[in-house]
Amino acid sequence: MKKIALKDLSALLSLIAETEQIYLPCEKGGQVNYARYEDGVKVDLSTLKTVKSAKEVFFPQSETLYTMYKEGKKIRITQQELQSEDFILFGVRGCDVKGIEVLDKVFLSAPVDSFYSARRDHGTIVSLACGEPEESCFCTVFEVDPTSPAGDVTAWIVGETLYWKANTEKGEALTEKCASLLSDSDCAEVEAEKSKISSILSQLPYTNLSLESWHGEATKEKFSSDLWKELYKPCLGCGTCTFVCPTCQCYDLKDYDTGNGIQKYRCWDSCMYSDFTMMAHGNNRTSQMQRYRQRFMHKLVYFPANNNGMYSCVGCGRCVDKCPASTNIVKVIKAFSEKEGK
Amino acid sequence: MSMNEEFRPKIVAFCCNWCSYAGADLAGSSRLAYPADVKIIRVPCSCRVNPMFILRAFERGADGVIICGCHPGDCHYSTGNYYARRRMTLLFSMLDYVGIERGRTRVEWVSAAEGVKFSNTMNDFVETIRSMGKNVRLGDLRCKN
Amino acid sequence: MQELIRRMKELMADGTVQRVLGWKKGDLSYNPEPYYFNTAEELDEFVYDGFCGANLSKYMVKGSNLEGKTLVLLKPCDTYSFNQLIKEHRVDRDKAYIIGVGCKGKLSPEKLKEKGIKGIKSISGAEIDGDCTELKIDTVYGEKTVAYKDVMLERCHVCKGKEHRIYDELMLESADTCDGDRFTDVEIIENLPADEKFAYFRQELSKCIRCNACRNVCPACNCRKCVFDSTKFDSEQKANVDSFEESMFHIIRAFHVAGRCTDCGECSRVCPQGIPLHLFNRKFIKDINEYYGEFTAGEDAETKGPLTDYTLEDLEPDERR
Repeated sequence: MKKIALKDLSALLSLIAETEQIYLPCEKGGQVNYARYEDGVKVDLSTLKTVKSAKEVFFPQSETLYTMYKEGKKIRITQQELQSEDFILFGVRGCDVKGIEVLDKVFLSAPVDSFYSARRDHGTIVSLACGEPEESCFCTVFEVDPTSPAGDVTAWIVGETLYWKANTEKGEALTEKCASLLSDSDCAEVEAEKSKISSILSQLPYTNLSLESWHGEATKEKFSSDLWKELYKPCLGCGTCTFVCPTCQCYDLKDYDTGNGIQKYRCWDSCMYSDFTMMAHGNNRTSQMQRYRQRFMHKLVYFPANNNGMYSCVGCGRCVDKCPASTNIVKVIKAFSEKEGK
Repeated sequence: MSMNEEFRPKIVAFCCNWCSYAGADLAGSSRLAYPADVKIIRVPCSCRVNPMFILRAFERGADGVIICGCHPGDCHYSTGNYYARRRMTLLFSMLDYVGIERGRTRVEWVSAAEGVKFSNTMNDFVETIRSMGKNVRLGDLRCKN
Repeated sequence: MQELIRRMKELMADGTVQRVLGWKKGDLSYNPEPYYFNTAEELDEFVYDGFCGANLSKYMVKGSNLEGKTLVLLKPCDTYSFNQLIKEHRVDRDKAYIIGVGCKGKLSPEKLKEKGIKGIKSISGAEIDGDCTELKIDTVYGEKTVAYKDVMLERCHVCKGKEHRIYDELMLESADTCDGDRFTDVEIIENLPADEKFAYFRQELSKCIRCNACRNVCPACNCRKCVFDSTKFDSEQKANVDSFEESMFHIIRAFHVAGRCTDCGECSRVCPQGIPLHLFNRKFIKDINEYYGEFTAGEDAETKGPLTDYTLEDLEPDERR
């Protein structure tokens, strides 16, 4: 294990930034989101949850895939270049790291998404343990360990010191690069911090959420439940939950006529929107109830059915914080438990 | 465009079918000159101009947008331009508020008999926009390559 | 609040109303959700406190299509929205039984977070029956207290007043929460040079994630099909692909609700990125007041809106200040 004084963090970031780009939580206009490290940005590692999750670094909200130009009677196509430079994603919380693992299942299984895969290959993740978890957190329910998150490097901030532990080859390489600023350390402080966090986690209101009845085989029983007809009612049909979610991976492909050519781009889509999966014949989900049900069924039933039981929720609690109508996945899980308990 | 070349602004003029478009026609048949930078789009009435048309014009690279309609009281549909007047007042004020320089948008009432006014208005507007330079604030970057 | 619940049960029992549209207790102390209560038993989970910020008027658009009458609880500011919806024929007055409930200012969970209050276990002091001056918050990181006013929604600091504009009966006390002028921020921006105005709005709008929460929560945004949802629409309604898109969306949305926006503040409340969207709406309201005379949308359900009206002497677009 290595360590560095927190006051030297900017020196560390500058050192890394000499050769590689860094993406990390920064404050802008009162909100914290991932942004590129450059002069003048306000790095904020104390805010627990960025508004948008770290997924946007690997899977941006919108990206151009290729552009078509008309040349006489022919069409010329230029492909967007893939990520070719290494970069560092710094300060990712345990839930977001797990979120990226979920996205890997989608984008790295055949057919592999070349844009995503190039970014994954070139990205090194430095995760950060959650010193002060919040009431909307329930990552432990999804077997995330916020005291010691995964990632190429795991970091802990204890008092005025940042502790650093490399987990993978990529992590070792990064540690090597920063060797001049990192000094050796024992694990005592970190272990104490871990048990401190664990004791806080046990007091959080969602800690005991039970996923017992949610699994890949539950499709029939859950899909036809009448409960959805009640649960969806507050839903406004906006895309807040989807866009702040670290695991929502649905996207739409669109053409944009620039006047000089056509840009093919993709952008995040939300199953809450009326034009989601719209086809020539119309839409296969015609009511908000169906759309609402789709979101939770996908996360808790369909996804585990196709991915050896892995849920497509990591318990970050962003939807709990952000839903304008205060409806969310926890309320759905609880409502079903309550009904099934009776 | 090289630095030495003179800046030729792109101007979109929405002209109502009944007065201003006829005014433009008259300017043409009277051989009055106005810059070719002005692209006229004929609309049935000035109140047909949806605020989105204006933003869309800027998106696609317009440097200035002007709306021309019948003089108040002369609208072919009696009241269309009265509504347009309120809408455009508010919209232009909003554009001003978000930092789109004032002067890039204008409303002018031009009748079918005012070929001279049409030509003068356009000359003046083009000159204004030319002195303001390119619109860089409300364009879509994708349309620029 | 018990009095309110008793009265609602009474109205349900005597058949005046089929259901109640109110707020259901959340699973945290600050997240009650809008809810249709169909039985008296369900009302045991009813809550009305400082965190019930949601404007239920919009839910009455759907509520108007339900069988029988719906009892709806409206705060003073919500009644403006309801009037406006009547004017636009989007709600049915005869299908609603309105209990105008008092309001002592509504709270923002976001502001609690900004104050560094996290790990919340319970909150007391937000009850509508209390005096709403101080919140006591029990967190896993210890007890915290915070002044009620300090964590109130922005809109409550510029409250339109305690008067309900439409109701069948009134219950519960209101409190004065207004301590500012709603146009102050607008004026500050108006007086900036163009490049600073532009920089300010760029910073705010660049945060937009196009979730459409502002639109979907807005009672004035009640089109059956939004122009931004059209598949034939040239630009993208859900992607922040270019800075232009955000400006386009927010300017057009604000313009479309100009003269109809009651300044209920829901757009700013729900924005996940904390964009002060009310600054757009208030600019239009301020201009309308200045150019066409004082007008408050939703004050009644009859007066013509300023953009569906005109006078022969209206000022010319270039004459404005």
